[in-house]
Amino acid sequence: MELDSLYQEVILDHYKHPLNKGLSENYGAQVHHVNPSCGDEITLNVTAIDGKISAITWDGVGCSISQASVSIASDLLVNKSFAEADAILNEFTELMQSKGTKEGNPDVLEDAVALAGVSKFPARIKCALLGWMAFKDAAVRINTTTGGE
Amino acid sequence: MSFDVTKVRKDFPIFERTIRDAKKLVYLDSGATSQKPLSVIEAEGNFYKFTNAAVHRGAHQLAEEATDAYEGARLKVASFLGAKEEEIVFTKNATESLNLVAYAMGNAQPGSRFALTSKDQIVVTEMEHHANLIPWQQLAARTGAELKWFEVTPEGRLDLSAINSIITENTKVVALTHQSNVLGTINPLEAITARAHEVGAVVVLDACQSVPHMPIDVKKLNVDFLAFSGHKALGPTGVGVLWSSVFEELPPFLFGGSMIETVTMTSATWAPAPRKFEAGVPNMAQAVGLGAALDYLTDIGMQSIFDHEVELTGYLINGLLQIPELSIVGPRNTDARGGSVSFTVGHIHPHDLGQYLDSQGVAVRTGHHCAWPLTRKLGVPATTRASLYLYNDESDCDALFAAITGAQKYFA
Ligand SMILES: Cc1ncc(COP(=O)(O)O)c(C=O)c1O
Repeated sequence: MELDSLYQEVILDHYKHPLNKGLSENYGAQVHHVNPSCGDEITLNVTAIDGKISAITWDGVGCSISQASVSIASDLLVNKSFAEADAILNEFTELMQSKGTKEGNPDVLEDAVALAGVSKFPARIKCALLGWMAFKDAAVRINTTTGGE
Repeated sequence: MSFDVTKVRKDFPIFERTIRDAKKLVYLDSGATSQKPLSVIEAEGNFYKFTNAAVHRGAHQLAEEATDAYEGARLKVASFLGAKEEEIVFTKNATESLNLVAYAMGNAQPGSRFALTSKDQIVVTEMEHHANLIPWQQLAARTGAELKWFEVTPEGRLDLSAINSIITENTKVVALTHQSNVLGTINPLEAITARAHEVGAVVVLDACQSVPHMPIDVKKLNVDFLAFSGHKALGPTGVGVLWSSVFEELPPFLFGGSMIETVTMTSATWAPAPRKFEAGVPNMAQAVGLGAALDYLTDIGMQSIFDHEVELTGYLINGLLQIPELSIVGPRNTDARGGSVSFTVGHIHPHDLGQYLDSQGVAVRTGHHCAWPLTRKLGVPATTRASLYLYNDESDCDALFAAITGAQKYFA
């Protein structure tokens, strides 16, 4: 079934057992993003030390795609420099816009390649991008306020 | 049930197509927009094919015929609502109709019954669609007026217990929905219109979810304005209606061609209603299509349609309540209730549920249904909504029940 390409096992796993869920007390930047078409909401904390992302924590409500995607992102982007995170984020965004023509590079995207199927369901791309866009916003805020430390 | 749903479905070309690998289309999203019978599609197309011209303007036969067709559509809307022709204004949709009232009130001269100041109040309800909430929030912000509202009870009904302190001597307008697009609740109007008129306020009724589904006689409703969208009533997109019995006192909202009486370089006066509120070349083909839609509904009979939907809503609610972990938001019986039924299913997020239902050919809506404050009040992040119309039958409900059960297995 076409649906199985959307709901990969990895995604349902992340949905049921999300990583880094629960907001840290301290953070370099906190952002709140919503998907106004379906009401999904997340709050995301990003902390950086010496220009490296040291922690990403989050909390929120939403569908399996949005929740799994932010769980994956929070795991993947931690311990990266902002430039590295930016490159991964760009690759992920391209994958989402690929309309099912790309599989994604597992060396770069790791678990996030499981979200490749989302690109065939236009209404769900925003769900998958919610956490990543929140991260992008938080990264900009950290780098404008502290210069990435 | 006094009409044959199988026969009705044959009038709607879209039911000939299939969904997701040859599955039957189970369309349960008429609350968002209805499907269109062939007669409506042809009426709109035929306007372009045979009579297209700018209404009220040209000095030629086509313009005459176009004007007749457009004004003929107005007459159909008027008789559908039990109204007079000059009480019907065509807009682009209900959203524009409601904005028209709010902006026109904002244009009213100081001292007019429509003019608002910081001493005045605007009353809405917690179950409004954004289209009947935000225009009033904004009018309140522009004028300094206070926005008040009726709350929604846990059963999904309006709490009218504090009606006399919510609608006060300072209330200028009470805007509410006739039937909630989320809960299905049909609001009792009598107490509200009586109280509003007692204090000199006007009542604006959002009839988007009622006009397509039940017999409406505006003379009996005792409201001052009524808005609905053509596309939810089998009509084309791009045409809505605003009815009012007090148009003469209301200043215009949009200015330009066709809405004037005289114009000089520095001033203008207005044509009488409805033209005063229809600036520019209007949505002629769409209005004509709406006329055909109302003919179609009238032929079947609005009372029959309402009876059919109430019966089917009962079937839908009963079937849903058999499903473990499913919980309905809004009334769980068919008293004063229409065919929009929203629900949650255990921990399955509505967006995931909707996706699974779609894979089975079942079209529903998920999210907050443009009534975010209501969803928040209900304490759920989002819901799934099935909404019925004259072309639905028990087999559609059965397909929904089976698909929900399938989703519960899939996401277990
Ligand atoms: C109760 C209600 N009010 C207003 C609207 C707005 O209608 P439209 O988007 O056609 O202007 C809708 C439909 O979405 C509705 O259900």
